Amino acid sequence: MTRYFTDEHEWIDVDGTSATVGITDYAQGQLGDIVFVEVPTAGTQVKKGGDAAVVESVKAASDVYAPVSGTVTEGNGALDGDPALVNSDPEGDGWFFKLTLSDPSELDGLMDEAAYKAYVNGL
Amino acid sequence: MTINASGWRPEVGAGVAESAGTYTGNRALMLEEALIFEIGDGETTGVDIAAPSAVKSRLAGLERNRPIGIPGLSEPETVRHYTRLSRQNYAIDLGLFPLGSCTMKHNPRLNEKIARMKGFADIHPLAPRETVQGALAVIHELAHWLVTLTGMKAVAMSPKAGAHGELCGILAIRAALEARGDARSTILVPESAHGTNPATAAFAGYAVENIPATAEGRVDLAALTARLGPDVAGVMITNPNTCGLFERDMKALSAAVHAAGAFVYCDGANFNAIVGRVRPGDLGIDAMHINLHKTFSTPHGGGGPGSGPVVLSEALAPFAPLPYVERQGDTFLLIEEETVDERQGKAFGRMTAFHGQMGMYTRALAYILSHGADGLRQVAEDAVLNANYVLRSLDDVLDAPFGQTGPCMHEALFSDGGLAEGFTTLDIAKALIDEGYHPMTMYFPLVVHGAMLIEPTETESKATLDQFIGALRSVAMRAKQGDPLLKSAPHYAPRRRLDETLAARKPVLVWKEPEEAVAAE
Repeated sequence: MTRYFTDEHEWIDVDGTSATVGITDYAQGQLGDIVFVEVPTAGTQVKKGGDAAVVESVKAASDVYAPVSGTVTEGNGALDGDPALVNSDPEGDGWFFKLTLSDPSELDGLMDEAAYKAYVNGL
Repeated sequence: MTINASGWRPEVGAGVAESAGTYTGNRALMLEEALIFEIGDGETTGVDIAAPSAVKSRLAGLERNRPIGIPGLSEPETVRHYTRLSRQNYAIDLGLFPLGSCTMKHNPRLNEKIARMKGFADIHPLAPRETVQGALAVIHELAHWLVTLTGMKAVAMSPKAGAHGELCGILAIRAALEARGDARSTILVPESAHGTNPATAAFAGYAVENIPATAEGRVDLAALTARLGPDVAGVMITNPNTCGLFERDMKALSAAVHAAGAFVYCDGANFNAIVGRVRPGDLGIDAMHINLHKTFSTPHGGGGPGSGPVVLSEALAPFAPLPYVERQGDTFLLIEEETVDERQGKAFGRMTAFHGQMGMYTRALAYILSHGADGLRQVAEDAVLNANYVLRSLDDVLDAPFGQTGPCMHEALFSDGGLAEGFTTLDIAKALIDEGYHPMTMYFPLVVHGAMLIEPTETESKATLDQFIGALRSVAMRAKQGDPLLKSAPHYAPRRRLDETLAARKPVLVWKEPEEAVAAE
């Protein structure tokens, strides 16, 4: 399992061609208290960089982009009743959706944890 | 310095514990008021109504068998209930209303006098046209001045608010593109746009793409130009933009958009900053809504309704929606149908059942005529002067992200930079309530961290601005020093800080009987 990050503050855990996506701890801190999350349903096709989910906090509503292209296999239903999971455990139980990668080479442009940390420190 | 030293507010006096309270929960003239469902007995009515005679039901057992559950109050109880609630409200007639992007300016009383004239107030949309010629003349004359002030070709008067006007403008763009057989798919919107802009484009069936801003807070012209192509139907720009800055590259931007075969929509919410000084038509804009309830001083913020006429360029004018007023000699016609022979027949449809917000037309025309050309020019100048006075009076205690790049337009923008650890824009807003002000717009525009957007408008005096600046300076200093009392503000409002997160996560949108409310927990 390898974890990558995007400059739009999504993380993606990859295991072969299956992956799990969520938003980073930095992102949830910037958004503040999350009040609503809309995740894609199984079967949805997502495109790298395209809209995949919506996250709404007391301050703002934001799109969450797909870090890579693929087919969604599961949306995190727990976020429906408990969106606060994204605040309390953004990089664990607060995951957004799982997908099957259609082109693993798209991972090449993403950051590893050290690079993302440096990126956030520079913001 | 302590402002408000005379202290009319019922702050609990020294030596009186807060828990002492009163029997009623009232604090002298600050009255506690229950919800209307919690007062009255459900039986009382303001008028005597004879008991209905027995009715044979035809609902086959589906008829309601429980009380309908509406409140029952006498007339004086009803009047007092709403009057008491109104005293807990904040309004432009009570004090400065610094909401950025909302233009909460004074509503002149002359407007109200004109709007209440019987010939305007007591007419009906279906009245015979020959009996309402004066009203149609008002619509026609207001349309003339809106077209003149904006340097455009035509105006669609009927849209009933800013967002409705946006939809009208985008539908006109779509109609123009479809008329030349060139349906396109995408609308470009800057990052700092009002949320209604992308919502409008999406509602009209377009994909929405963001255009980034420059470090100066303006649209990135190079990025915009690079994105233009045969799929782009239009660009929605706000000028002056929501960072309170004039888009200096507007003419180049319009030229690039037109060269790509697309149209320029301008969100005219901030027209009050440039009215009488800049004509949007000269900037290459194809469609722009005008918030009569902002620039032209008609009431809003609960006192509305809004009104959002849309001015259109020569290219879009033929597609303006029905109905519209046309003058033939001394007669004013309300054109509700077009034929290809008579009037091109290109109108894209209707935005409203009737002609629009008549009560706002009379007020807006009264405002335009009572100010005159020189007065409207001064409106824009004073709006900008007041905003810059606020910006420069506070930029030593609050971070002004675009303060170094020159003057702002009609609104001053600050960020939460420099506040003590753990202190936020929300804390400053809540403390302003204690100071007796409606808070400024916060967390918008999104491109600025912890944004505080303040629009004083031209109708505030220097003395009023000085008091507000003093209050905000005091609150900002407390936020920089980390005063813990700020975290629990407001302290003097009828209610303390509300749990906005819980309210958003588990909204209770209708009143429930107390026992049901408990069961739902």
